[in-house]
Amino acid sequence: MTDMRYLAPQTLDEAVGAYAAAAGAARILAGGTDLLVQMRSGMVKPGLIVDIKKIAEMTAVEQTADGGFRVGAAVSGAALAEHPTFGQVWPGVLEGFNLIGSTQVQGRASMGGNLCNGSPAADSVPALVAAGAVVTVQGPDGRRELKVEDVPAGPGKTNLKPGEILVSFTLPPRPKGSGDAYLRMIPRTEMDIAVVGVGVSLTLENGVCTAARVGLGAVAPTVLLVEDAAKALIGSKLDDAALDAAAAACSAACRPIDDKRGTIAYRTKVAGVLLKRTAAIAAERAKGN
Amino acid sequence: MNDQTNKWIGKRTIRPDGVDKVTGRACYAADNSMPGMIWAKVLRSPHPHAKIRGIDTSKAEALPGVKAVATAKDFVEFPIDTAVPLGIQDMRWMARNMLAHERALFHGHPVAAVAATTAEIAAEACKLIEVDYEVLPWAVEIDDAIAPDATPLFDHIQFEGKPSNIAGKLEHKKGDIEAGFAEADVIIERSFTTRPVHQGYIEPHACTVSVAADGKTTVWSSSQGQFMVRAMTAYLTGIPQSDIRAIPAEIGGGFGGKTIVYLEPVAAILSRKSGRPVKMVMTREEVMRATGPTSGAKMTVKIGAKKDGTIVAGQGTFYLQAGAFPGSPIRGAAGCSFTPYAIPNVLSTGYDVVCNRSKVAAYRAPGAPIGAYGVECVLDEVAQAIGMDPLEMRLKNIAHDGTKAVHGPVFQSIGFAQTIEAALKSDHYKTKLTGKFQGRGVANGWWFNAGGESSAQVNITEDGNVVVTTGHPDIGGSRASIANITAELLGIDYDRVSVLIGDTATIGFSNLTGGSRVLFASAMVVTESTEKVIEQLKQRAAKIWGIDASAVVWENGEARPSGEHTGNFPTMTLAELGAKANETGGPIGAGSQQNTTGAEGGFATHICDVEVDVDLGTVTILRYTCVQDVGKAIHPAYVEGQMQGGVAQGIGWALNEEYIYDKQGRVDNPSFLDYRMPVCSDLPMLDTIMVEVPNPKHPQGVRGVGEAPLVPGPAAVCNAVSNALGIRFHDLPLSPPRIVAAIDANMKQAAE
Repeated sequence: MTDMRYLAPQTLDEAVGAYAAAAGAARILAGGTDLLVQMRSGMVKPGLIVDIKKIAEMTAVEQTADGGFRVGAAVSGAALAEHPTFGQVWPGVLEGFNLIGSTQVQGRASMGGNLCNGSPAADSVPALVAAGAVVTVQGPDGRRELKVEDVPAGPGKTNLKPGEILVSFTLPPRPKGSGDAYLRMIPRTEMDIAVVGVGVSLTLENGVCTAARVGLGAVAPTVLLVEDAAKALIGSKLDDAALDAAAAACSAACRPIDDKRGTIAYRTKVAGVLLKRTAAIAAERAKGN
Repeated sequence: MNDQTNKWIGKRTIRPDGVDKVTGRACYAADNSMPGMIWAKVLRSPHPHAKIRGIDTSKAEALPGVKAVATAKDFVEFPIDTAVPLGIQDMRWMARNMLAHERALFHGHPVAAVAATTAEIAAEACKLIEVDYEVLPWAVEIDDAIAPDATPLFDHIQFEGKPSNIAGKLEHKKGDIEAGFAEADVIIERSFTTRPVHQGYIEPHACTVSVAADGKTTVWSSSQGQFMVRAMTAYLTGIPQSDIRAIPAEIGGGFGGKTIVYLEPVAAILSRKSGRPVKMVMTREEVMRATGPTSGAKMTVKIGAKKDGTIVAGQGTFYLQAGAFPGSPIRGAAGCSFTPYAIPNVLSTGYDVVCNRSKVAAYRAPGAPIGAYGVECVLDEVAQAIGMDPLEMRLKNIAHDGTKAVHGPVFQSIGFAQTIEAALKSDHYKTKLTGKFQGRGVANGWWFNAGGESSAQVNITEDGNVVVTTGHPDIGGSRASIANITAELLGIDYDRVSVLIGDTATIGFSNLTGGSRVLFASAMVVTESTEKVIEQLKQRAAKIWGIDASAVVWENGEARPSGEHTGNFPTMTLAELGAKANETGGPIGAGSQQNTTGAEGGFATHICDVEVDVDLGTVTILRYTCVQDVGKAIHPAYVEGQMQGGVAQGIGWALNEEYIYDKQGRVDNPSFLDYRMPVCSDLPMLDTIMVEVPNPKHPQGVRGVGEAPLVPGPAAVCNAVSNALGIRFHDLPLSPPRIVAAIDANMKQAAE
């Protein structure tokens, strides 16, 4: 029965200091929707909990000068949904984030926590990868930036260095004619973990796809950026041949496991099915922008 | 009772327990706390099958804060080869299920328990207990458990003269099965599997037990029967039943899974040893690993029919997983499956198979949905083969009053024909499906229903209101229904009747809340008690008026002089008579205790429409109608609620619910996240059609309604999916990977 300390610092420097000093015995608490469950089940027993929700930068959503967005790592799903413009610009990112858990969980859950929990099935991550989002992290050696797809290192693991805390997500400005979307396969209609998740972001000019990114979740140890799928879409009018090729690229990128949530064969097939459906929604949204 | 004149029976009154439940005031088992209370945790087997050579608890006992440790040695000893029946349970198995004796028989099997000043210390102490295991080969699936080289779970159990994991066989026979099939124009024979599914109650098992220095024992717990809790605690601890007061908490769901106990006798042992009240609360993971579920099964069903749709023979062989101890519901599978039909030649056989899983517990019409799944799916194929509407074909063959069921009894008064006719006439059945990959399935189901022991007390308060006490935990709206009946009989407002559930010291013996028996049985004793009270009220009025009691009638909540005395005295209300109780002879009240009989079975017909997403393999329930003979709906909202709840569980069983085991014989999905019961958004509004054919042997016409609505569900959904895709499915659940695999295999076959 070890004692556990709880800190809720007001500044990032204080948080990083305490987190780094604890040298691995500490855990970051944002919404706690993963951490508290892991603590209750005995999976983790942190000696120190650093609650980052009192740090202003962590809970802020702001539009950047270039028209992009910076979203604090601890911003809750409910708070982001209430933002006046974020959901109009990045509906796919928002819908992926808002699929996590229940209404109650949405009041707590954060994209930072979702990414740092390191689950290959994290619902907010594929659309962030597709969006080309970049994270800012701060550690004992200062700040640096990483692409979202470079953060996870495997189930439950990240590429953050000791003492580093994920601070915010930066999403780029959107050219005209852009749209994004996220779809996941779950056996139920809610309250479930993705068996496959696909995020697509694309830009159309006169019906031709000029830019595309595809994020694919729950089919490999980490969420994947599927460049071959994007290549198949770019330059096409999103015709059946292009979509078939992109779907095949998604299926080919899968390195899934057989587990209680789905089989290898099923996940591989569904990755392609969802790519087509997600791209269609993203394209529909792009036409409206 | 004539519907037109009923004021309360048949009304959707506010449930008496509703406000407490929606405001969070209701006290469930885990809400109870006591001064000096300590916490207990259970050490569970890490092996699916192992001999226990020894248990050393000394290190755990030495840990500061630990107050008591319990192992099987602390229980009253029941030899493994001698039956100790208690109802449908056997206490020698219950004892071994609560704390492993000779062997640990499944992963998660309780081996020892520790009580300590905090739950954390108790958990820590469990890790200090040293168990000397001899690991044995294990089997969780039926085929592995009955294979010739399988390791028997019990040395003394034999089948056909050899040690075996087949622990029992049940056979129902009627006519000449060979001759029956010889007459058939069409014979369909199919094999099926179903997976074990959990009852899925929201509230985990929990209790607080306090054994005083003089041995007087109080148990607070959530169960489907406080008298069952008392009896099982008494059996295992040796404490006389008269010294045990079992107090039922509000119950957060049971569905059959709380008709046995897991914790109370263990907590009693720990409390007796420590002198402290002991609290135990299971985690969800413990619930999923070591309680419930109902059996998984494999079965073969063969049905023969003539071209005109007349069924001439039916044969079923049902293997059901009992889990770690004998006692799977083969009676429900083998006994209920052919019962809806008047088939001249039937052979229905059930086998009880033990294996290294948690012991099964009752689950809503135990066994019946399993048997009905096989039979109703084959019937669907028979109807298709002879080109008949599947409901019309069933209607042609159903049981009527006077039909002798294959398990023995002759039906007296059933509303099965009316149920199917209502389904045929329903808007749902008349509305054709038009979409691609949409399909419709139908199925029937039957459940025995039950009577049995019930007690009630009806007391008139000094201010002329009414308190009714019964002995059954309320898991389906029984308090509201009893209030409706009492208000109706007394002719007073529903609000003036309070219905309570007594504990084992305050009300007479009442059997389990189970078997769809509670309202049937408790309405009988409440009716008898209320009629006695009305007699007393008439006598009191007669005394005041100085006339003979036979000249007093009770009407609209008042005593009124009749015959030659009509109009001679002002009527007297219940309040007036209550106020004068002492001067007219003392308190007014009466009780009744009966072993009730006359329960009649319940029939249900389900219609299910689905749409399949053929790329993802997901099934959407488009529309679902549950038609059922409910006898008399005392409280229609709760009858509908029972029907809808049964349907929801049937859909879950059909589509996604299953236990997944890993390669080490451990449950891999012990949470509501990965054990996928349906959530609200998975279901459309579930339509209900109540067919009311009153049970003539009951004062209000009540027929059990709680269990029958689960029985047809899995078959109805499966038949609908088969209809949507043109592919027959024989294995549950119809999970997306299974459906996609079947579609792919079918396309491959078509291409070849």
